[in-house]
Amino acid sequence: MAFDLSPETLSYIDKVIPRYPEKRSAIMMILHAIQKEKGYLSLDAQKWVAEKLELQPIQVREVVTFYPFYREHPIGKRHIRVCRTLSCALNGSYKICDKFKKEFDTELDEISPDGRVTVEFAECLASCGTAPVAMVDDELYENLNDEQVEAICEQIKKETPAADPANADS
Amino acid sequence: MDSVKKNTEIHPDERRIILKKADLPDYDVSIDCYIKNGGYEVMKQAFASRKPEELCQEVMDSEVRGRGGAGFPAGMKWKFLDRKSGKPIYLICNADESEPGTFKDRQIIHKDPHQLIEGMMITAFATGTAQAFIYIREEMPLGAKILEEAIEEARAKNLVGDNILGSGYSCDLIVHRGAAAYICGEETGLIESLEGKRAYPRIKPPYFPAALGLYMCPTIVNNVETLCNVVHIVEMGGKEYAKIGKPGNTGTRIWCLSGHVRNPGYFELENGMFTYGDLIYKFGGGLRDGRSLQALIPGGSSSKVLRAGERFTGKLRSGEEFNWGIEDIPLDFDGPMAAGSMSGSGAVVVIDDSVDIVEVLANINAFYAHESCGQCTPCREGSLWMKKITTRMANGGAREEDADLLASIGDQIAGRTVCAHGEACAWPTQSFVAKFRDKFIEKAKQDPEEAKKRPFRMV
Repeated sequence: MAFDLSPETLSYIDKVIPRYPEKRSAIMMILHAIQKEKGYLSLDAQKWVAEKLELQPIQVREVVTFYPFYREHPIGKRHIRVCRTLSCALNGSYKICDKFKKEFDTELDEISPDGRVTVEFAECLASCGTAPVAMVDDELYENLNDEQVEAICEQIKKETPAADPANADS
Repeated sequence: MDSVKKNTEIHPDERRIILKKADLPDYDVSIDCYIKNGGYEVMKQAFASRKPEELCQEVMDSEVRGRGGAGFPAGMKWKFLDRKSGKPIYLICNADESEPGTFKDRQIIHKDPHQLIEGMMITAFATGTAQAFIYIREEMPLGAKILEEAIEEARAKNLVGDNILGSGYSCDLIVHRGAAAYICGEETGLIESLEGKRAYPRIKPPYFPAALGLYMCPTIVNNVETLCNVVHIVEMGGKEYAKIGKPGNTGTRIWCLSGHVRNPGYFELENGMFTYGDLIYKFGGGLRDGRSLQALIPGGSSSKVLRAGERFTGKLRSGEEFNWGIEDIPLDFDGPMAAGSMSGSGAVVVIDDSVDIVEVLANINAFYAHESCGQCTPCREGSLWMKKITTRMANGGAREEDADLLASIGDQIAGRTVCAHGEACAWPTQSFVAKFRDKFIEKAKQDPEEAKKRPFRMV
């Protein structure tokens, strides 16, 4: 199956490879770019990266499966990561996570029924002084309480259309 | 331009050197702002009138210890570089800030990126680095963007890249993003990751980065805060810098205070001038109403826990005898070490009496089990078992033999792994069980139905 990337991502990849003394070093930055565009790293994507970097596909897959941020399957349109680690937990992050799940009627690590989000726990987001914290895609939210979580979820619902149930599988 | 919220309430007893400008209300991340405030002057002078060896000597004289966690003298680290190999030298800034409780490098990266770039370029020049990297954790996408833009600005002004400032010295600097793996903070794991592989740490010896680092070439890996210190060391001179703080504990440190305190946050303090008591009560505003201290984690969640009421006695290296409570421990590198723990990355986590100490350990264990790279059996299996046992205990299934079982697992990990993750995952369990043995035993006697209710869930 042909694997296509946008011209922007392709030109980024061609720019990033020569920055490194050795080609293979560019793999993580390339995987980031592809995951950003496609939402996840399919086996076809991994094969494409392997060819690009003159590696064996397994050398790409061992990287993809090692780092928690890379994923081989799609997630919801928005990615919610609630910090689970000590300082956040001491300040109620488990309850904050429950609140996010409830707002989207979903379970941890699953795509919400409306397709909008996937809620995950993250390990220490390095913002312990403003615990509890969570990230929505690239944005960090600090000193969270129930009201703020509600507001964040409201905002997500406004910005992100629900998946069409008829095409739920596509 | 990207900006993050400023913390404008700076305690008058802080001594801000690294964070001097970061929180000024009108200070931004642009190169114009940095230069307007005297930025890159130290670098320009160093490139124009100092020899690389002189700069290395300044860092040696400063006695500055690494701010990433191990506290190893940075000047020494540089001196170990294998210069005879003829291979290119690499410099890596470890911006993988991941030790639970730590959030100091975040402040520098997001508020004063050019200070880090200046520190790195001086370091690169001093060590003859061929190429420099910033390895930043994935969870700081804004930080990566800010750094990339700052590097482009610096490149446009000939501060990074070819023939820097007409000196004939060239060095490129690039930002590399991690992908949410704590083990990349371990320098040899980071190097493997930067080579495009799984971040399996390498065994030392022989793989000391100074000799066999990135691409098996001599490599320096320094923390963000350490590299920023280089700017100030070169500016004031190593010997002058060494007058800040205490001998063997020179300079300032950015302490990160979190957990159950009224005013959590980061405080840049002169080393050895304050105590943990000052940090918690004076800077952190003390505990919350009606609560008392149960435990203190003095340097990131891998450091050994201290129990409220504990006394620490012994002799300092100077021969001076000490008899401290937690509150009396000096806030520097050697203080917590004398008390049997460590200052680590400067991350202090306060735990009050509102939480179950077994559950606190279960939370920590879940972290280290998740982050074990899986390379060494004792760590991979041991961290998982410690997590499983403490989670079961927290869920109402504690048994009387658990304390001994946990201790025996911890004892079989530390010292038996390729990297320090073995110690990092074992020390919490070993120290929690040793110091809170009564609570672990008590847990087993609890009515399981009662224990299951867990009003405050942490696992």
